[in-house]
Amino acid sequence: MSPTYYLLLSALLFSIGAVGVLVRRNAVVVFMCIELMLNAVNLTLVTFARINGTLDGQIMAFFVMVVAAAEVVVGLAIIMSIFKTRRSASVDDANLLKY
Amino acid sequence: MTVLAAVLTQAPAVPTDVVGTGEAVTFWVLGPLALAAALAMVLARSAVHSALWLVLTMLCLGALYMAQQAPFLGFVQIIVYTGAIMMLFLFVLMLVGRDRSDSVVEVLRGQRVAGLLAGVGLAALLVGAVGRSLTDVAPVGLLAQNTTGGGNTANIGRSLFTDYLLPFELTSALLITAAVGGMVLAFSSSDRAKRSTQRERVETRIRGERMSPLPGPGVLATANSVATPALLPDGTVAPESLSDIIESTTRESLDADVPSVSGAAHQADTYALRGPEAAADESGGPVSRPAGEDDSQR
Repeated sequence: MSPTYYLLLSALLFSIGAVGVLVRRNAVVVFMCIELMLNAVNLTLVTFARINGTLDGQIMAFFVMVVAAAEVVVGLAIIMSIFKTRRSASVDDANLLKY
Repeated sequence: MTVLAAVLTQAPAVPTDVVGTGEAVTFWVLGPLALAAALAMVLARSAVHSALWLVLTMLCLGALYMAQQAPFLGFVQIIVYTGAIMMLFLFVLMLVGRDRSDSVVEVLRGQRVAGLLAGVGLAALLVGAVGRSLTDVAPVGLLAQNTTGGGNTANIGRSLFTDYLLPFELTSALLITAAVGGMVLAFSSSDRAKRSTQRERVETRIRGERMSPLPGPGVLATANSVATPALLPDGTVAPESLSDIIESTTRESLDADVPSVSGAAHQADTYALRGPEAAADESGGPVSRPAGEDDSQR
């Protein structure tokens, strides 16, 4: 077994996250799918760090985690404010720009 | 992809890292578990179930990080991701309302099928490219980084504060911006609407005209019959409470009811508080019900 299997696993996880973003309608669940994609990329970075024998990949994964935390704070605040005004967490209902 | 493979194989030519049996077992247990949990997250109807499945996926990934010689990142994954971020998700889910499931209305026709096909295509592309190009990669391993110079965490910290100092500082700016942005976005302007303070309410109650709350409707009434009009505080009949039927009847036909309505003929309190015997004793005979009043109205 080679570390390639980790990359295959992360590719599958990334694809599942992408499908979830495209298919699901609840904004919070869409956000969770984005988190899954970020985690898949983190697994790729950690695997590449191991393959290359340097810690740079792990540090990049660390930065990805920090950015994910900031993104979650802002995104969930946006979802909350949309829910306050429209009483809905569905991404289909946030269509005010359409008209 | 051949370029990527070439870059990867440019790494120092002495592979010191071998994936052992224990790690293989760990991977083949946790990898499919993570995949199954991710699939369940996408397929779960309830958003709370989705969050819990995602927690399972993240826990598996954290364990895989540790198996991949990244113990610090594994613990950060478990503590920060599953411990903090997913709990934030659950908080928001409970605030937004956890029973709001997905709408089944398709706004764009065929969008779900197209999304599914695109995802399968992406998975096939990635798996094919990675699997074909990186089959015989010999990992260098992080044995040196994880054993010398204080270990994995100390080496990450050293690298973070030297080589990656500028991105690290930018990260602090990003976090401050995110915190301020979260506060600004989550703040609702309806909180600023004019509301009386507690002190104002106390002063209205204590220094105001009346100290007790107003009695509820019907508290001072002696009967609830339509034939019994409401009485004003001075004992006169309130004209608004008279029905049209009563208005159309002649005054003489109502003369018999006037004593009971005005309370002159029957003391309701005596009857209600002391019972029929006491009332009978008081009046010296059997209780005489006022005319126009039966048991169903009491």
